[in-house]
Amino acid sequence: MGSLLNINNLKTQFFSSGRTIRALDGVSFHIEEGEVFGLVGETGCGKSVTALSILRLIPFPPGKIIDGEILFRGRNLLHLKEDEMRSIRGKEISMIFQEPMTSLNPVFRIGDQMMELIMLHQKLDRSRASEKGLEMLERVHIPDADRVMKQYPHQLSGGMRQRVMIAMELSCHPFLLIADEPTTALDVTIQAQILRLIKEMRKKLQTSILLITHDLGVIAEMCDRVAVMYAGSIVEEAGVEEIFEEPKHPYTQGLWGAIPRVDQEKETLAVIPGAVPDLSQPPAGCKFHPRCPHRFAPCDHKIPPISQTSPGHLVSCYLYGKGERYE
Amino acid sequence: MNEIKGTKTISQTAEVWRRLKRNRAAMMGGMIVFLFVFVAILAPWISPYPPNEGDLSKRLKPPSKEHLLGTDALGRDQLSRVIFGARISLQIQVVAVFIALIIGTLLGMVGGYYGGTFDNLIMRLMDILLAFPGIFLAISIIAVLGPGLNNLMLAAGIYSIPQFARIVRGSVLSLKEKEFIEAARAVGENDLNILFRYLLPNSMAPIIIQTTLRMATVLLTASGLSFLGLGVQPPTPEWGAMLSTARAYMITAPHVATVPGLAIMLVVMGFNLFGDGLRDSLDPRLRD
Repeated sequence: MGSLLNINNLKTQFFSSGRTIRALDGVSFHIEEGEVFGLVGETGCGKSVTALSILRLIPFPPGKIIDGEILFRGRNLLHLKEDEMRSIRGKEISMIFQEPMTSLNPVFRIGDQMMELIMLHQKLDRSRASEKGLEMLERVHIPDADRVMKQYPHQLSGGMRQRVMIAMELSCHPFLLIADEPTTALDVTIQAQILRLIKEMRKKLQTSILLITHDLGVIAEMCDRVAVMYAGSIVEEAGVEEIFEEPKHPYTQGLWGAIPRVDQEKETLAVIPGAVPDLSQPPAGCKFHPRCPHRFAPCDHKIPPISQTSPGHLVSCYLYGKGERYE
Repeated sequence: MNEIKGTKTISQTAEVWRRLKRNRAAMMGGMIVFLFVFVAILAPWISPYPPNEGDLSKRLKPPSKEHLLGTDALGRDQLSRVIFGARISLQIQVVAVFIALIIGTLLGMVGGYYGGTFDNLIMRLMDILLAFPGIFLAISIIAVLGPGLNNLMLAAGIYSIPQFARIVRGSVLSLKEKEFIEAARAVGENDLNILFRYLLPNSMAPIIIQTTLRMATVLLTASGLSFLGLGVQPPTPEWGAMLSTARAYMITAPHVATVPGLAIMLVVMGFNLFGDGLRDSLDPRLRD
């Protein structure tokens, strides 16, 4: 109980030229109210597809959610009509995209865009919406917010645009904010500022956050709980401290091992051998087994069940099969 | 903290205008277009004689003080007829291009945005229209509807729809992959808003360019049709029709054919130069 979002066995597939790409192959996780949930994994493992599936923005064709449920505040989003879904997008669930440079409509002023969004979901007249927009810009610490309201997106820097995006997305006080690699396109100092801002806004507005990233540093800094994704499935899920101290799944261990450390001099960086599998022909059994250093008998033909190694720490791997079965 | 003012923020319009001003050919084209529109609007006040009243005793007179551009076969003042001809040309251009602009843009937007079978259907239809060689399509439409000013405008309009549809569709296809369209969906915008508040305004540059360039093509088509006797009928002072009547006197009074011919050439050139210049100054790829 107390969970805001509950995703069960979500399967999203893409169909292209006769092939079926299983982008999400039975993804389950939940997000509690007020928590920051991190989704980490390599490029192409299905993080962004998860985000788009939650908002039901998977382009069809070629993509389709074929199975599973997305329970958001007790309602299954997959059963809602398109116009009901539209009133949830931006109002109850918002999303910040990776590329702030292209996420704003280039032909309208910032103020007009903010006003439009606010009026789309709240019954406010133009001047009240404009005040609200200005207030939001000030809340995300945009200096000279009056002037920014009158500017076009191309006149702002990347960091400023991402702040504007955050202000816009939070202007309707959503229950859930999905941040899809919100800092990847920004340089390091701006990254830190944006992360600090997201943290601060979460505290002020009590918004739950689904943070998608491949940056483990960002995860460690921001999240309460973390799920590690590999090839369309979640392989491990745990509290942030636990997963950094005691990664269980061989893939997580590999990822963690690949973090370069400042205090050790090394010529080459550690890597996980092999490559990400082709999702139109994923390996049978555990999808990680061809690259796994610990693989043994059952790994190549049966999908490992999810076992709980300690409270809240879930792993999908045969190495921990003796533990308590989860659900 | 001292506020550091960066470069003065210039609006996009001002920026386009600045670039356009540096392009001499475009400015000349723009001037011709401006003059043409000015003359067309003020025709009844600036023309020295009524366009359709001639003095048969002054047939085919060369340019003189009374008749600056001479007179035609029925003794009508050429200057007045060319001035009134500008009116008709402008009317044809505006109506025909407007028809093409509205229908073509809508078809292109809807096709490009929704894709699939509908898009396929629209674009194949456009391909069929484009497959007709040039003026032949307009002739076929006139053949069905019959000659006359209204049908001429309709024919020239239909003939220009595919160009608009294609350009807008292309622009929408590339725009709809952009993140701000996805972001618009993510904040709950509906399709209608995405089409008219996001896709259309961002496609304005190619639409404006196409509109200007199309003005030239439509004028050429319309006067061509009138020249062939399929468009505006004499005695209306349409340039193509004037040219057609003057053809018979090419040897004896060449100025009668030269005047409307030059008018057509100048205006077509004006729109083309202006349109090309607009394209250069609106095209983001050429920006620094």
